[in-house]
Amino acid sequence: MLIQLENVNYLYGEGTAYETTALKNINLTIEKGQLIGIIGHTGSGKSTLVQHLNGLLKPTSGIIYYKGQDIYEKGYDRKELRGKVGLVFQYPEHQLFEVDVFKDVCFGPRNFGLSEQEVELRAYEALKKVGLEDECFYQSPFDLSGGQKRRVAIAGILAMKPEVLILDEPTAGLDPKGRDEIFSQIKKLREDTGMTVILVSHSMEDVAKYVERIIVMDHGSILFDNEPKEVFTHWEKLENIGLAAPYVTYIMRKLHEKGLPIDIRATTIEEAVDSIWDWYERSKEKR
Amino acid sequence: MIRDITLGQYYPVDSLLHKLDPRVKLSGTLLFLISLFLIKNIWGYGIATLFLAYVIQSSKVPFKYMIRGLRAVLLLLLVTVLFNLFLTQGETLFQIWRLRITKEGLRIAVFMAFRLTYLIIGSSVMTLTTTPNHLTDGMESLLSPLKRIHVPVHEIAMMMSIALRFIPILMEETDKIMKAQMARGADFESGNMIKKVKSLVPLLVPLFISAFRRANDLAMAMEARCYQGGEGRTKMKPLIYQKRDYGAYGCLLVYLLIVAAVGKL
Repeated sequence: MLIQLENVNYLYGEGTAYETTALKNINLTIEKGQLIGIIGHTGSGKSTLVQHLNGLLKPTSGIIYYKGQDIYEKGYDRKELRGKVGLVFQYPEHQLFEVDVFKDVCFGPRNFGLSEQEVELRAYEALKKVGLEDECFYQSPFDLSGGQKRRVAIAGILAMKPEVLILDEPTAGLDPKGRDEIFSQIKKLREDTGMTVILVSHSMEDVAKYVERIIVMDHGSILFDNEPKEVFTHWEKLENIGLAAPYVTYIMRKLHEKGLPIDIRATTIEEAVDSIWDWYERSKEKR
Repeated sequence: MIRDITLGQYYPVDSLLHKLDPRVKLSGTLLFLISLFLIKNIWGYGIATLFLAYVIQSSKVPFKYMIRGLRAVLLLLLVTVLFNLFLTQGETLFQIWRLRITKEGLRIAVFMAFRLTYLIIGSSVMTLTTTPNHLTDGMESLLSPLKRIHVPVHEIAMMMSIALRFIPILMEETDKIMKAQMARGADFESGNMIKKVKSLVPLLVPLFISAFRRANDLAMAMEARCYQGGEGRTKMKPLIYQKRDYGAYGCLLVYLLIVAAVGKL
């Protein structure tokens, strides 16, 4: 058990006229090596939730454990924790500030008191991992394209060598090509390092393809927490809270209604193709 | 700390004071503040206290919000009161070692305390019950006679409302960037003076960039809607005096008359 949340509640603007409940009684366990998607509508509390995981927000009530230790225990080093649980914010390119890309990526590891050699080695590795072209390394981060900036920002987190990587809407504002690039790099990264990865998104379509567990948030509480297949069987409820299952699910459902004996729980195009192909082969044999 | 300053923090409830025309509230606040500085005896402050209490009560804003604004100026208040109390020349009331309290000093110190406290609370009442937009609207309307002598009143009001609108946005942005850099191990609290200042670079650079970006976007959006200043511009919701506004002016007049009589203005 890597991260555990116990009865976590969070209020925004406590004691003011604008007090709102952002998280309601969250209980959650995250195991090492999982690839998890947190999905919810805007304002459902997903960003607030992930900011609790690395100790940026303190829960109004409830306990958060990292590797069995309460992170708000007296004397717990939360800075160290932030190095272990790397959080990439929404629009992370807005936090770039250094004169060149390489220096900016060095900022993270340098804050943890590593030797200069180690810092630069890690920065170089991280930039390689996100697939940034070598000639960009010493350019000003502000001269890069949107997709490149985002990769630099992600490298800035990776350079700390976190055990858990959390990405908050990593593809917001990117074009489809940039989106696919980011996702496939995250997938590859995880296959290479076995890192625990949490993807936050409001788009089912994006996340369904990559994750093995989906947590659906609605109005500050967890609505579903299961495998994508299971979650998408509740597609009517998902639509009610302003989300939707992937298009494939709808197509498979329609085909099933027409009498085709196929697996309606397919969530990716590949699975759907397999299922339809399967049925086609079987029906051919019968004839 | 930033959150302690109540000025410019609208408190949304439905009350008579919230519904009043911003021009009434602006001129009312101004007259109230002037009256505070002209009152010459303690009875006058009694009247001012009653008036303020009545206004606060009818605003339906919890009292603790009014006090919040005081916290930021508490030090200033203390220093002013203490200086006046101990450093005023005059008839000695009593003396401990070299600290001497005079009759005049005590009087000025008490008056100063009343003035500063009521000044802050009085203006807090206005900003807590008026949205920034209304406030600048009222200001524009009250200052419009100055247009005759070529003062760009509309532009000044527009700049003010934009500045006010951007305060919460930039505060939110600061919070976000701070968190993002903390997620990368930045430390804004520990270390000596120089280290602390240096640690602000990763916060200030992105903040300035984002402020410029927002300003640019806003300018573009305004131009796209053919904004060209106040010339010939009409309003969707022009300010029109209602019955209650005249009533409020009446109340204000009564207060001023009483306070002038009692406080020997």
